[in-house]
Amino acid sequence: MSSDRRVQPSDVLRPRHVGAPIKRTEDLRLLTGRGEYSADRKPDRALHVAFLRSGQPHARIAGIDTAAAEAAPGVVAVFTADSIADDFKAVIPFSRMPNYYATPILPLASGKVRYVGEAVVAVIATSRYLAEDALELIEVDYEPLKAISRAELAVADGAPLLHEAAGSNVLLAREFRKGDVAADLKVAAVRVGGRFEMTRKAPLALEPRSYTAEYEKRRDAITLYTSSNIPGIVRDAISESLGLPGHRLRVVAPDVGGSFGSKGSLYPEELLICIAARKLGRSLKWTADRLEDVSSSSQAFAEIVDAEMGFDANGVATSLQADVIGDVGAYSIYPWTCGLEPVQVVSFLPGPYKIGSYRGAVRGVATCKPPTGPYRGVGRPISTFVAERLMDLGAKALGLDPLEIRRRNLVRSEDFPYRIASGIIWDKTGFLECLEAAAEAVGYQQLRLRQADARKDGRLFGIGIATYAELTGIGSRIAVAPGMPINTGSETAKISIDSTGAITAAFGVASHGQGLETTLAQIIADDLGAKFEDISVIQGDSDEVPMSTGTYASRSAVLGGGAAKHASFLLRDKIKRVASHLLEANQDDIEVFGGQAVVIGTDRAVTFRQVARAVYSDMKTLPVEAREELSASYTYDPINGTTAAATHIAAVEVDPATCFVKIHKYVVAEDCGKIINPMIVDGQVHGGVAQGIGAALFEELIYDDDAQLLSASLVDYVIPSAPEVPVMEVVHIESESAVAGGFRGMGEGGTIGAPAAIANAIADALSPLGIDVSILPMTPERIFKLMEQARFNSRGKADE
Amino acid sequence: MTVNVSVTVNGMRHEISGVEPRLLLSDFLRDTLGLTGTHVGCEHGVCGACTVLMDGHSVRSCLTLAVQANGSEITTVEGLGTPETLNVLQTQFREHHGLQCGFCTPGMLMTGEDLLRKYPLATDEEIREGLSGNLCRCTGYQNIVAAIRSAAALRRENA
Repeated sequence: MSSDRRVQPSDVLRPRHVGAPIKRTEDLRLLTGRGEYSADRKPDRALHVAFLRSGQPHARIAGIDTAAAEAAPGVVAVFTADSIADDFKAVIPFSRMPNYYATPILPLASGKVRYVGEAVVAVIATSRYLAEDALELIEVDYEPLKAISRAELAVADGAPLLHEAAGSNVLLAREFRKGDVAADLKVAAVRVGGRFEMTRKAPLALEPRSYTAEYEKRRDAITLYTSSNIPGIVRDAISESLGLPGHRLRVVAPDVGGSFGSKGSLYPEELLICIAARKLGRSLKWTADRLEDVSSSSQAFAEIVDAEMGFDANGVATSLQADVIGDVGAYSIYPWTCGLEPVQVVSFLPGPYKIGSYRGAVRGVATCKPPTGPYRGVGRPISTFVAERLMDLGAKALGLDPLEIRRRNLVRSEDFPYRIASGIIWDKTGFLECLEAAAEAVGYQQLRLRQADARKDGRLFGIGIATYAELTGIGSRIAVAPGMPINTGSETAKISIDSTGAITAAFGVASHGQGLETTLAQIIADDLGAKFEDISVIQGDSDEVPMSTGTYASRSAVLGGGAAKHASFLLRDKIKRVASHLLEANQDDIEVFGGQAVVIGTDRAVTFRQVARAVYSDMKTLPVEAREELSASYTYDPINGTTAAATHIAAVEVDPATCFVKIHKYVVAEDCGKIINPMIVDGQVHGGVAQGIGAALFEELIYDDDAQLLSASLVDYVIPSAPEVPVMEVVHIESESAVAGGFRGMGEGGTIGAPAAIANAIADALSPLGIDVSILPMTPERIFKLMEQARFNSRGKADE
Repeated sequence: MTVNVSVTVNGMRHEISGVEPRLLLSDFLRDTLGLTGTHVGCEHGVCGACTVLMDGHSVRSCLTLAVQANGSEITTVEGLGTPETLNVLQTQFREHHGLQCGFCTPGMLMTGEDLLRKYPLATDEEIREGLSGNLCRCTGYQNIVAAIRSAAALRRENA
């Protein structure tokens, strides 16, 4: 892809930015309190929004009395579904998937509420304190309906319907097939299986969701500052819903305090704040408090998987089948639909393994809970948990080491490109290389000896392995969410040098902690030939490029990076053309580096600033036709996308007295292709693993039988703190991918591998007691109950 | 009823009248004084993002009323160092990639300052224990621990 670039001897000596652990550009502002998150905006005389949320899981709204609230001090307006009915069109999360019902997205609940936490009334007041005071004065007359607290209850006979128009609580059903699973299972030497469950999680970004809508009366325009990682999608959706063209609706994701997927869908509050800003002609602010954020931001996972795997006598997996029920919550989300999470469980279940036949069926079922949406890993933390448990069960049944059974089943280098049953194609990636590198780094044989010693002392010490593959940097051939009609396959870079010589690179991707301002500038510095510190990267602003979607699905290094490379090459060629006039040299004899164009082998050079002056300001130096604007734009589409893979190995010990799990060792060997910034890659892996540890050991959104959330505070929903997270070692396998730059996406992988590795390690630790791990998180309470049951069972056996 | 609050923040004295007694210190710093470097992550005292120093000790500004700060001296992240003159701890956070989204960072820095002043921080266990009241969802803590370890070593060298 860089055939237009001739390799020159001086290249070898020139410092390359790609591949170097360059310190982040973002840090200087973020370390000094100068960052600007959505809640930090201070528009003129802003009004504040507070939402009255449903305390009912499922109820008909018979009436709403807002009179007292409207008369309360500081209140400017009170909105209900009825009072804004003519101000927008519902947003529909369409999909071409068959057997899918798209529930409409409304700014405020209309007619019915379907989960505790759903926004019903919006109060606008001069301060947040006064807006919250007025919430207390609103009377909502609810007629309670039967709640649906669990997916199995939603599909039971006589279950109440959440969406009457859907005619069923099953919002989605899908199946993938390859070969004849039933026949293969019948002849398998060993069959293993079980029911596995991953409980509901909160992505829990530290910054709660936050929106500031700034109204500009001169143009009747709105700028929405949003804590979103999909500002482009939000712009397009609100534009359509409110009938506001893009040049009067700008959506900006400024500094965003993490998302992990929870800020990656269109939210009712984003619609409401724009509707209200327009109606009132005022700027408005809203930030969720933590309770609101946990109970109304998109939640995650929540699947029960009945799975079975067959092996031949050599430990080769011949067949795999799974029936998945996903508890998708009350609504389908925009744009991803309620299919995103549960469908990915079945589409990725075969993972990096060559499995003869496969059947994976999934149902997405509506319950009285907030919608599930994207969360780091999407579906694959569950599919990996299940597939890796099955691999270990198979190894145990066949008397094979868990490392060896994976060696026998991973797709091998001669098999690439390899197509799995759901149609996903693995391009050449270091599956086996990751497995062997992780085993070596962790000292696998030594660790097994250590385990044998520990067991002699009666200690519960276990080792767990997980391997996985994911599709990253997805191009236009596959929609990121099944059947979704939005183009998620391309991103644009627009790089320009202005009349002062300053370089501005604009993107539609939207960093929320990944450090894209740094990594994209590294790519541009190399490929444009600019000084790193001279490049200013702008991203997350819908006004900067005509169309974009944002940062999600491990795509920004691949798509943003690819666009950056191509736009850089185009602009570099323009610089060469101008420089050839100024230096009176042939274009081919000019190279560009360090912010200047140089005649190769001479000291004749012009700086970008001199080039800019010649093009824009100086009317005599260049012929008119040579005064090309110094800007280049490129929209990059990797078409298929590219695979990323890793192996995680964990060593844990279960304390038999407290039932706490201590992680002694944690190693990740990952293949993200060409590394742009190793410091940032390591940081992404660390953070992903920590989230996977949370999913495996601590985190669970607990809803009771009435669908009331019992764990909405950070005291009850426990995410890992510093003492619970181990030291992590990260090993890199850089097998270049075929996309521009050879990059692979790697933002999500840590969270995909960790739950499975830890589940396997705990199962290994508890195997002397005959205990299996089939649900996550393995909290001390769950481990205690399993150990009590095991003791009871063994006592029973002893008595016989 | 409103009250007057007189505080010194980052060395600058503020006399603010008309403060509602229920106003949180976090909102006072962010909205009344415009110091938005202090972040609000949970408003129930768990996440630690809003940590500031009050008379030299770390406090949760979301669990402190502005009136409680009357007469005190407060340091926020804006009082540590500027982009041109990062202090030791800020520098080590940058060197070790101890931040990603930056939202928990002001609280981590203020807690870190408090820990560095009061404890030897000779082991990683001690550092992790000291940080256990501050949540970070991005970094997995490894590089934050490294930054504080390194800052503690530098302070020892310079002591």
